[in-house]
Amino acid sequence: MLGKTAGGLTWLFRYMERSENLARLVETGHRIALTRPDRAESEWTSVLETAWARRGFEAHHDQISAEAVTDWLLRDRNNPACVLNCIENARMNAKLVRTGLTREVWEAVNECWMTLNEALSRRVTPKDVPRVLGLIKQRSAFVRGSLHGTMLRDDAFDFTRLGTFVERADATARLLDVKYYVLLPTAAGVGSTLDNTQWEMILRSVSAEASFRFVHGRTRRARDIASFLIFDGRQPRSLAFCYNKIGGHLEHLYRDYGTRLPCHDMADAICRDFERLTVDAVFERGLHQFLQDFLRRNAELGAQMETDYRFAK
Amino acid sequence: MTDTPYFDEMTNPDGSIRDAYKAYEAWFSSQDPAHLRAKAREAEDVFRRTGITFNVYGDPDAAERLIPFDIVPRIIAAREWARLSKGIEQRVRALNAFLHDIHHRQEIVRAGLLPVEMLAKNDAYLSQMIGVEPPGGIYTHIVGIDLVRTGPEQFYVLEDNARTPSGVSYMLENRETMLGMFPELFQQNRVQRVSNYPANLHSSLAACAPPAANGDPVVAVLTPGIHNSAYYEHSFLADEMGVELVEGHDLRVVDGRVAMRTTQGYRPIDVLYRRVDDDFLDPLNFRPDSYLGVPGILDVYRAGGITIANAPGTGVADDKAIYSYMPEIVEFYTGEKPLLENVPTWRCSDPDSLAHVLDNLEELVVKEVHGSGGYGMLIGPTASKKDIRAFRKKLESRPANYIAQPTLALSTCPIFQRTGLAPRHVDLRPFVLVSPDGIEITPGGLTRVALKKGSLVVNSSQGGGTKDTWVLGDD
Repeated sequence: MLGKTAGGLTWLFRYMERSENLARLVETGHRIALTRPDRAESEWTSVLETAWARRGFEAHHDQISAEAVTDWLLRDRNNPACVLNCIENARMNAKLVRTGLTREVWEAVNECWMTLNEALSRRVTPKDVPRVLGLIKQRSAFVRGSLHGTMLRDDAFDFTRLGTFVERADATARLLDVKYYVLLPTAAGVGSTLDNTQWEMILRSVSAEASFRFVHGRTRRARDIASFLIFDGRQPRSLAFCYNKIGGHLEHLYRDYGTRLPCHDMADAICRDFERLTVDAVFERGLHQFLQDFLRRNAELGAQMETDYRFAK
Repeated sequence: MTDTPYFDEMTNPDGSIRDAYKAYEAWFSSQDPAHLRAKAREAEDVFRRTGITFNVYGDPDAAERLIPFDIVPRIIAAREWARLSKGIEQRVRALNAFLHDIHHRQEIVRAGLLPVEMLAKNDAYLSQMIGVEPPGGIYTHIVGIDLVRTGPEQFYVLEDNARTPSGVSYMLENRETMLGMFPELFQQNRVQRVSNYPANLHSSLAACAPPAANGDPVVAVLTPGIHNSAYYEHSFLADEMGVELVEGHDLRVVDGRVAMRTTQGYRPIDVLYRRVDDDFLDPLNFRPDSYLGVPGILDVYRAGGITIANAPGTGVADDKAIYSYMPEIVEFYTGEKPLLENVPTWRCSDPDSLAHVLDNLEELVVKEVHGSGGYGMLIGPTASKKDIRAFRKKLESRPANYIAQPTLALSTCPIFQRTGLAPRHVDLRPFVLVSPDGIEITPGGLTRVALKKGSLVVNSSQGGGTKDTWVLGDD
């Protein structure tokens, strides 16, 4: 496979994952704005921070409002990381690696682009927000479904999945880091409305509200939420889950190509940490420090794979 | 009933249906027009979803456009095709012999049949190719011969595309679309298959592997990139052949071979089906500002390290001034009378011809010698007085840049419209594969159709559409 193709496949799925995560974040923002209007502004700020879009947003807007943030994250072309641009980039990468995809996957990406271009061609009215967010998640699911249903499980598949999980791990870690202070055991007002809002935001943003309840019951403890999203290997958006997958796909590439590369050692080291560490140890070391560390190592792994598999040169 | 001077391929002047279209016409008359309209829309959706689009240069609002597809097939009888394909094969044989000769002993010049300026002053003629033996002896592996029809037995070659003919993906996708939409038509009509084109393309490229190749030849398609107007076709062909689609920046010369950057290091390529023009192929040997090519590829080629298809320099044969010599070229190299006719052509470089052309601009078609895509041409009978005046000036200032031909009464085929069937002008581009094992012509080709009433310009860049083209099996 061409190095360029490996890069295109990885980035196609990074952009797909990113647009889906953005849709979830915006959904969370709206939910909180509806149920706890007093908290709306500060939660929209967290949403922007989690999406790494706060600075850009503030450069173009004086005030935070649901409409303005929604427009900025979904379709404002001034925001390079808006959903519309993510989908555009995803499709451009798909076009570039057309020969590495099945016809079904390509068509799912192309239809995703056609549908969302249409849905996001003008400002989304508040009434229409749920439908449009649903559409983004649904189209993303179609792409994932056609990938799982039709792609050969070869190196091309490995690169698509590596892109997905490096991006997802980044998103989950960032979400936790923006909210790390409410997860600290020392934070005051455990069980208060304030904390419940913030925890709800965290769980909703990763579509994990129900699964958390299923695992931990109705009592939300900061420690359990952190543990659930960092260490629980059953939770498909947790860091441990992502790294279990990343480790597996890199292992597969190693066996396929017969060459062990620096990215393998880096991934192994991160995987080992998840096996070795406990949530208490993480809190002891400092949650913020741990997450910052993780974000850096995850980004380094992404860059190392680009070098090792010759995405660009 | 028609009372136009144009030959219609479906309906005779007396209103009766020509044999090849009889079964189709019977089917068509039994269809509900509303159902057919729905099918026509469905076809458009299929093309859009599949991404069968092309880019129009200089039109940012329409970055990606569909080529309109018409659901009425163009149908060619087995007997008609047999005659055409003999003529095409003869012409392609002559083209390859011509390309070999002009890069070696230039017998045709010595024989006094072709003025040496036709080569010496030709930008497409590459001195770097003189004396080079292309692997397998083939210059033009993939050829598109543009044909037009003016009567039941009257076909003309309009131009030869020996450099990088495009459109074959439309031929294949049009057929797939028709098979999906109207399967019953293919039970009622014996239509010859086109679907083995990609496999044939692969084996004919592989058959031209260079001396340096060992084992199964590694084939790749070279594209200028995703912004090129024919990118869809490049990726389609690579995908269908199961080979890599590469760009210049994926390639470099490693140990005397052209190699592509894979996830596991550089791997040599044996045969490169390039869809990049000569000028951009090698910045060391041609345009130094090109990012689309591979520095040094021409040196590897000359040393037998890679096969480039089509060979550099084949553009000479696309030249419209050379075209005017094709009857002599065919006869000189095959020893036979040409089976396909050339359109009579005035070379404006010749003062007498130029005078004639200037006197008759209202009736002629004038084309640039190196033009393509329907750009930069004048169609006298439909042009305004102002256009003709402007063109006259261009022609007078650079006569050698132009040729002129009579306006041909192109045949018509019906297209499907809201009001029913309506005749529109068509041409045909059959696709030909050449390898040391022989010449292979896919039955049919790409039919391009001018969708505007009365228009004679079929190019997609000028608003033309396409049709599925059927060659019927033997009766």
